[in-house]
Amino acid sequence: MNVLKSELFELKASDDIVPVRQAARRLAVSIGFGIVDQTKIVTASSELARNTVDYGGGGTARVEVVQNDRRSGLRLIFEDNGPGIADIGQAMTDGYTSGHGMGLGLGGAKRLSHEFEIISTPGEGTRVSIIRWK
Amino acid sequence: MERIPILKMGQFLLVTIQVDMHDRLALTLQDDLTSQIVRHRARGVLIDISTLEMVDSFIGRMLSSIASMASLLDAQTVVVGMRPSVAITLVELGLSLQGIRTALDVEKGMAALVAAVAETEGVNERSEV
Amino acid sequence: MQAKGKLSETLGKREAEITSKWLELQAAGGKKISAAEHAETTRTSREFMSAFKAATQKGSTDDITGPEWERVREIISDLSASRAKGGYSASETASFVFSLKQPVFSVLRDEYGKDPEVLGDAIWEATVLLDKLGLLTTEAYQKTREEVISRQQQELLELSTPVVRLWENVLALPLIGTLDSARTQVVMQNLLDAIVDTRSDFAIIDITGVPVVDTLVAQHLLKTVAAARLMGADCLISGIRPQIAQTIIHLGVDLTNVTTKATLADAFAVALRRSGQTVVKMDKRVAAEAK
Repeated sequence: MNVLKSELFELKASDDIVPVRQAARRLAVSIGFGIVDQTKIVTASSELARNTVDYGGGGTARVEVVQNDRRSGLRLIFEDNGPGIADIGQAMTDGYTSGHGMGLGLGGAKRLSHEFEIISTPGEGTRVSIIRWK
Repeated sequence: MERIPILKMGQFLLVTIQVDMHDRLALTLQDDLTSQIVRHRARGVLIDISTLEMVDSFIGRMLSSIASMASLLDAQTVVVGMRPSVAITLVELGLSLQGIRTALDVEKGMAALVAAVAETEGVNERSEV
Repeated sequence: MQAKGKLSETLGKREAEITSKWLELQAAGGKKISAAEHAETTRTSREFMSAFKAATQKGSTDDITGPEWERVREIISDLSASRAKGGYSASETASFVFSLKQPVFSVLRDEYGKDPEVLGDAIWEATVLLDKLGLLTTEAYQKTREEVISRQQQELLELSTPVVRLWENVLALPLIGTLDSARTQVVMQNLLDAIVDTRSDFAIIDITGVPVVDTLVAQHLLKTVAAARLMGADCLISGIRPQIAQTIIHLGVDLTNVTTKATLADAFAVALRRSGQTVVKMDKRVAAEAK
């Protein structure tokens, strides 16, 4: 997979979520995503960015244009050095609360993407990566 | 401080939510609505989201909060103008916005509020007997 | 072993000559092209020759996937894509590379004619290399053609599933033929857009004309109904034949919250009723006057 563009964002407070959404929208438009695809990836980015801020103690978001031999897409990677998730399976179940609402964010983001990957270690942090292809 | 304007239209309040609302603004809106509903004894709240290109779980929760809070203050809520792309995404996201009335536009939303208020009047009258 | 490098040496020495012979051959190719296209081809050919020469000097002629060949691959890819879009045939596109063989061979023969073994190896090296590059053009050409066809299919799709305005406030979407996932999504989006454009509170999706409904299609139907509801409109499904009803039950798809009717007419009657309207029969005198 080639990474054609990459933008990095700091996620410290909820105000920082907006620039990530805007970047996702901008890059999605630039590679020709239709309106529905745009909305899906932007919404997924908002959910995951919020998780990073609310549950990860802040972190970073990377918004990238990627390409493999057949098509282009948008990839978003969210990383934090927060408490991590002990039981990912349970966390992915909608309605799961460790505060409120994180489950909807993870499960929802997965449903809105074509590829979803999560790595989390309690006490070290979490990394979520999603891709939506054109 | 930046706030979302709330318009009074007869016995109803009209709020137009613009793009990229951040947390503080959302909380301020809820506070403002609460006080305005009480001050004007409004019977309904119409929330226009026709310019929103995205509704995530945060905004969904905010809409639900507003509806619940308004209901406690004896006001009905209708959300209007949801874009097809937003609706499709919400379905995929799994956000049902349960208990929130929706209508296609402001005019239909007003009609829905009038009907909803009439319905609650009917219930109240019956229970008073 | 001796012949290695002869090709790049020759390209270095006689680039101009090879290029002009090549351009002549391409022009004689038979396809009628405009002056602008001719100028474009000339420019691209010169760029190609220069990149080709550089690649043979810097890189191996056995392996065209290396970084030294990137510029050459790029030129081929761009040329093929542009020809695919421009209505050139696959042969006309591939001939860009294959027509280079003759000038290269004739110059090689001129340089090394005295030494048959070296000549043979050099020609072999050149032909294997040009064959690989020629095949690249067909791959790139095909990929572009597929993209063009796919886009055309999409446009056809959007044209062939019209949303019908049955009445004020009531839309109908008669689906006909087999539905694949992609088509269904496009069609559903059109319906939701039409609901907004016409301010219709009711939409009826009629699947009488759909022979087979599989899980994906059923799920899309349900998602559309859910999306329409979220927007504030009511969505009904009509035309569910007994076989389809059975399939849907077996698929475990939950239709309990969706109003379904056997015929479009029945669904229309429901929509009318829900919107507070009804159809009234005129009395005989009025009906006669209306004619």
